[in-house]
Amino acid sequence: MKTFKLGGVHPPENKFSEKQPVEILPVPESVSIPLAQHLGVPANPVVKKGDKVKTGQLIAKGEAFISANIHSSVTGTVTKIDDVIDTSGYRKKAIIIKTEEDEWDGSIDTSDNLIKECNLSREDIVKKINEMGIVGMGGAAFPSHVKLMVPKGKKAEYFLINGVECEPYLTADHRLMLEKGEELMVGITIQMKALGVDKAIIGIENNKPDAIEYIGKLAQEYKGISVEPLKIKYPQGAEKQLIKALINREVPSGKLPIEVGCVVHNVGTAFAVYEAVQKNKPLIERIITVTGSNIEKPCNLMVRIGSPVAALIEVAGGLPDNPGKVISGGPMMGKALNDLDVPVTKGTSGILVFSKKQSGRVPEITCIRCGKCVNTCPMALEPFFLALLVDKQRFEDCEENMIMDCMECGSCHFVCPSGRPLLDSIRVGKSNVGKMIRERSDK
Amino acid sequence: MSLLTVSGSPHVHADESVRKIMYGVLISLVPAMLVSFYFFGLGAIIVTLTAVVSCVVFEFLIQKYLIKGPVTICDGSAIITGVLLAFNVPSNLPLWIVVVGSFVAIGMGKMTFGGLGKNPFNPALVGRVFMMISFPVQMTTWPKPIPLNTQLTDVVTGPTALAVVKDGVGRGEKVSELLPKVPEYMDLFIGNMGGSLGEISAIALILGGLYMLVRKIITWHIPVSYIGSVFIFTGILWWVNPDIYVDPVFHLITGGLMLGAIYMATDMVTSPMTPKGMLIFGIGCGVLTVVIRVFGAYPEGVSFAILIMNAFVPIIDRAFKPKRFGEEVKNG
Repeated sequence: MKTFKLGGVHPPENKFSEKQPVEILPVPESVSIPLAQHLGVPANPVVKKGDKVKTGQLIAKGEAFISANIHSSVTGTVTKIDDVIDTSGYRKKAIIIKTEEDEWDGSIDTSDNLIKECNLSREDIVKKINEMGIVGMGGAAFPSHVKLMVPKGKKAEYFLINGVECEPYLTADHRLMLEKGEELMVGITIQMKALGVDKAIIGIENNKPDAIEYIGKLAQEYKGISVEPLKIKYPQGAEKQLIKALINREVPSGKLPIEVGCVVHNVGTAFAVYEAVQKNKPLIERIITVTGSNIEKPCNLMVRIGSPVAALIEVAGGLPDNPGKVISGGPMMGKALNDLDVPVTKGTSGILVFSKKQSGRVPEITCIRCGKCVNTCPMALEPFFLALLVDKQRFEDCEENMIMDCMECGSCHFVCPSGRPLLDSIRVGKSNVGKMIRERSDK
Repeated sequence: MSLLTVSGSPHVHADESVRKIMYGVLISLVPAMLVSFYFFGLGAIIVTLTAVVSCVVFEFLIQKYLIKGPVTICDGSAIITGVLLAFNVPSNLPLWIVVVGSFVAIGMGKMTFGGLGKNPFNPALVGRVFMMISFPVQMTTWPKPIPLNTQLTDVVTGPTALAVVKDGVGRGEKVSELLPKVPEYMDLFIGNMGGSLGEISAIALILGGLYMLVRKIITWHIPVSYIGSVFIFTGILWWVNPDIYVDPVFHLITGGLMLGAIYMATDMVTSPMTPKGMLIFGIGCGVLTVVIRVFGAYPEGVSFAILIMNAFVPIIDRAFKPKRFGEEVKNG
């Protein structure tokens, strides 16, 4: 069975909610929809205070090349456009809508019918995906239409679909594959057409045998799509590691997957593309896992974008006594929240609640040079050394030691027997080196 | 509402700690320890206990009263230094020398540099080499093994197998005439020979090494490259002239090679961090060991070889970086 070669770790999986079918979260009383839910330039609002909006109506336009449209996830009245705290912990602009009776925009096909045929041209597919505000749903939220536009001089050979879900606890992608398999397949075919490729591979980790079997069976009916079971190892869902695992190609440092003829999308994104192109439905809801060892009913919810995190936790049985930490995303790369009113966004894959006991860090002691961080780094960096350089403020040396290749998977900190917060230091280094690089290119 | 903790990812931690690693090493030392108790009896037990207790006490005293910092004797690293120090001395060594050696190991070898993780040289070896140079007679008086001996005095002493061969060759005798004077290879392998406490039994040390490999406390790189390079180097010498150079298998199972390659050279703190660096380090240790054993003044060269290579670790770490993901790409 395939996997990537360098480094990696095996955190306990704890996939409590993998058997829970997706439930629909009731539309909350009000939603706040951030304008910066994606990587790149925030969208510009096209509605103002007091406007009535329908579900699925465009409310903010992504005007830059790397940006994405944003649609209303509810029917209601815009009460204000104001700064709210989002999952990053910073105040960012958001459109706040008070909800009324749910009424979908007329152009959207809300039926459950599976539409397999797609007669749009390549350009029209990409245009549609752009229009519907589809972004990468694995976490980074990179605008999808940009990935599907292959730059001049490059050629896409493979379309790779990420069904790995290597983060512990999370099961949203798993449930999506089991419940929306047909739609997923059509979504993949549409994107293969947009890219002009004839080979698509869905990578699924071996801890989801039901998904491997079901998707594998479906794939037989679709030309060019195959399923590859992968050996369990974190961070296999990282783009470069997935490419290495599936087709054994190494994306050069600082380059994009298209350099080796690949485009990678998450299964969630592929499904969103199906809905956008075939059903004319913008990205206004997504599946989110709500879980944790102290959560009463770990579950998978279909959630309108902009719903407050607190509403999701409520459905899962409410916050346990003495909660320690609430994380947006998985335990390895997720962000700890300081406020439960923050809205979920297009990139939120899970809400994870930790008890007080689980929330602390291991006490930090001196480095014993065991080399575990070096051996587990999937990018073959030397985390201990980078952290040391950052502490000494030697950022030029950090750059030379390829600190920008770090994708912040957290394996180094996870594995460190001395409990050293290596990734904290490396993040500081990355932001300083990033500033240095920008200043250099400005000159 | 109660306050939530906010911290950077990752939010989970592997079930790993320095203490676990250290106690893992101690568990792996048990077979070799039992063999030494079996062959050297009560003397071995007393020397080991003295070394462990004095290492821990010296670390405690220095941390508490000299550095006035946190006391970390519970992490187990001082215990390991004590055990390894005892493993490197003869079982009838006067106890005051053991105490002095422990003081040098912990005080000079470890605490002067700032304690665990900061010392460039293996503390146990610093202690051992100090005793070797300061008390050469006591340190080279090797009791002959007597299974389950409970007597502390009146043991028969004799040179180690390595010394027998080295001295004999120095006097112009042939290796083939000297080999009958040392124990059979099978005895050497099991540990039925004179020598330092813990170095005698190759099989017990290999067993401990395998345990550490399985627990992922060490990697194969240093032991294999160290032992491999000794085997190849001595093999070439033996092939050139078997009359004055003893065969490679003899080199592997005598002296402190197994102890050095499996426990002393693999000390995390004083060895390189990258697999490539570890291979270079191991080969360096191997070559130096053979050079000292065959051409140097001492019959045994493991301690010096490892200490010399310890000094090269910073340079090795700098010179042999891991090959980064996506650095040189060969696709297709």
